[in-house]
Amino acid sequence: MKLSSGTIRLIIPAASLALLLAAVFYMQPRAMSYTGLNLLFNLAVPIALATIAQMLIMSVNDLDLSMGTFVSFCACVAATVLQTSPLLGVLIFIGAIAAYAGIGVLIHVRELPSIVVTLGMSFVWGGLAVLLLPSPGGTAPSWARAIMTAKPPVVPMAIVASILIAAVTHYIVIRSSFGVLMRGTGGNDRSVERAGWSVIGIRAATYALAGLFAILAGIALVGLTTSADANIALRYTLLSIAGVILGGGEFVGGKVSPIGAVIGALTLTLAGSFLSFMRISPDWQIGAQGAILIVVLALRLALNRLEKREKHQ
Amino acid sequence: MTLQKFLTEKPWVWSFAATIVVWVTTVLFTGGASSFGLSQAALTFAAFSVIVGIGQMFVITLGPGNIDLSVPATMTLSGTLALKLMDVQDGMILFGLMASIGIGLVIGLGNYILIKLLRIPPIIATLSMSFIVQSVAIWSNRGLRIKPPETLAGFATSGLFGIPNIALVALVLSVIAWVLLEKSIYGRWISAIGQSRFAARMAGIPVDGTRLVTYMLCAVLASVCGYLLASFSGGAALNMGSEYLLMSIAVVVIGGTAVAGGNSNIPGIWGASLFMFLVVSMLNTYGFGAGFRLILTGFIIIAVILLAGGKKSNR
Repeated sequence: MKLSSGTIRLIIPAASLALLLAAVFYMQPRAMSYTGLNLLFNLAVPIALATIAQMLIMSVNDLDLSMGTFVSFCACVAATVLQTSPLLGVLIFIGAIAAYAGIGVLIHVRELPSIVVTLGMSFVWGGLAVLLLPSPGGTAPSWARAIMTAKPPVVPMAIVASILIAAVTHYIVIRSSFGVLMRGTGGNDRSVERAGWSVIGIRAATYALAGLFAILAGIALVGLTTSADANIALRYTLLSIAGVILGGGEFVGGKVSPIGAVIGALTLTLAGSFLSFMRISPDWQIGAQGAILIVVLALRLALNRLEKREKHQ
Repeated sequence: MTLQKFLTEKPWVWSFAATIVVWVTTVLFTGGASSFGLSQAALTFAAFSVIVGIGQMFVITLGPGNIDLSVPATMTLSGTLALKLMDVQDGMILFGLMASIGIGLVIGLGNYILIKLLRIPPIIATLSMSFIVQSVAIWSNRGLRIKPPETLAGFATSGLFGIPNIALVALVLSVIAWVLLEKSIYGRWISAIGQSRFAARMAGIPVDGTRLVTYMLCAVLASVCGYLLASFSGGAALNMGSEYLLMSIAVVVIGGTAVAGGNSNIPGIWGASLFMFLVVSMLNTYGFGAGFRLILTGFIIIAVILLAGGKKSNR
């Protein structure tokens, strides 16, 4: 059987997730249950959605440094306006998606570095979030709460949601013609343009889609935490980038994998739980998370080399 | 030389022009009363951004993808450990400085080992490194706030002829960095690597050595900045470096260094650092709340990059 390079790209992230999961089960067999799994992966859902959003931006060779503040802003909107007057909340979200599309167009037309523009936007979203919720508070919309705490039979909600996210985004990014164009723009935008497509349009749509997924991440986060604050998701910027890379994605060339990104987000979440099961002192938890990141990436390098050696034979 | 050509070749002019506009607007609002105090505060706080910004600029010059995210953690660890080591004794000041430089060297070396040996993209390598460094800082800090030695604190908070000492230190470092960048073979090498790593390697430039030195240089500048910042603010805090992550990137890019690498400039870092500080104090003077202040800061960053970034038509 011949494996496609996309499948090989997925083996390493999946293997590291399985390994980590096995280690957790070994140390804490009680985690091997419906409730246990739900607790382990609950927080992964918003992170997975944010990772997908970051992955979309990365597929056109850009990087979004405002992801964390934008998800925080969306969480604040969801916990305040969306809850009290849903229509206005939806309008704000539509405006935010339009803003994302606008950023995409601006970056393309003026050939600006995406890092700087999104850096500037991170101040804007942060400021808006502070205006909405100067101090932690707000209430999650009851439907968001209901979705995030739903208890489907056999498989916990966190797993169902992750699989659903992976399936939907796999279809959009890998199977649909829009996804091909998007990744093509990341690979070589000039040839996409020569083939008669509007790169501006593709970029705008990619950014808008990323905005949509980031909004979903904000809503999912509020559904879990029941209230929000302006700094609730700041670490998502770095987490989402790390998730994409862990999942086998690359910074340039439109080489991304939605399934890998979701797995990467799950791995990052699980690493946190793994460390608390290890009874590592809280001082070293962040450091150990860094170490896990390094180990997984080293593993990926080793496997990539193995794969190359096989090709040469 | 036409004006337009001058502006294209000297992109740092923009950041200085913006700085002057903001300074004048702020001083006008307060009726000129604040001009001295404002300038001094701006010089002091800009100096910290300049020091970390120079390091970040060297790294960014290396080309696409090169960035050091471990700057805040390095600052924190260096500030914490140096103050702990000096233990309020004046005699240990130099020793503390050496220790913080040593910390920078080790972190820079670690960063590049991850990048080179494990082939991890720099953004993730330095991020993982910063997690580990942050942990060491938390472990060694234990919530204690150790004061800096008196002489050092006095040096960090006073000035010479009305210019803050910190700004003078930053100026000396900038001059050294400028000489390194413009007059030394090392500076030519990093620009060459930033423009095309492949061509640089073909030309016989020691690419790996140059990159290693650059990452170490960046970490050393960050740790020296942490040492000075901790002395200036009367003690190290675990979050003291956090705002310098975005700041170090912002000042480099607003200052006119090409994000794609291969082209850098140091005067622009000064302009951008002063500008970033003055914008915040201007918005403060005008009595804006935290939210509006952040939003306006964001829009101003984007406006500056829009104005300065439109080089396409002149190419």
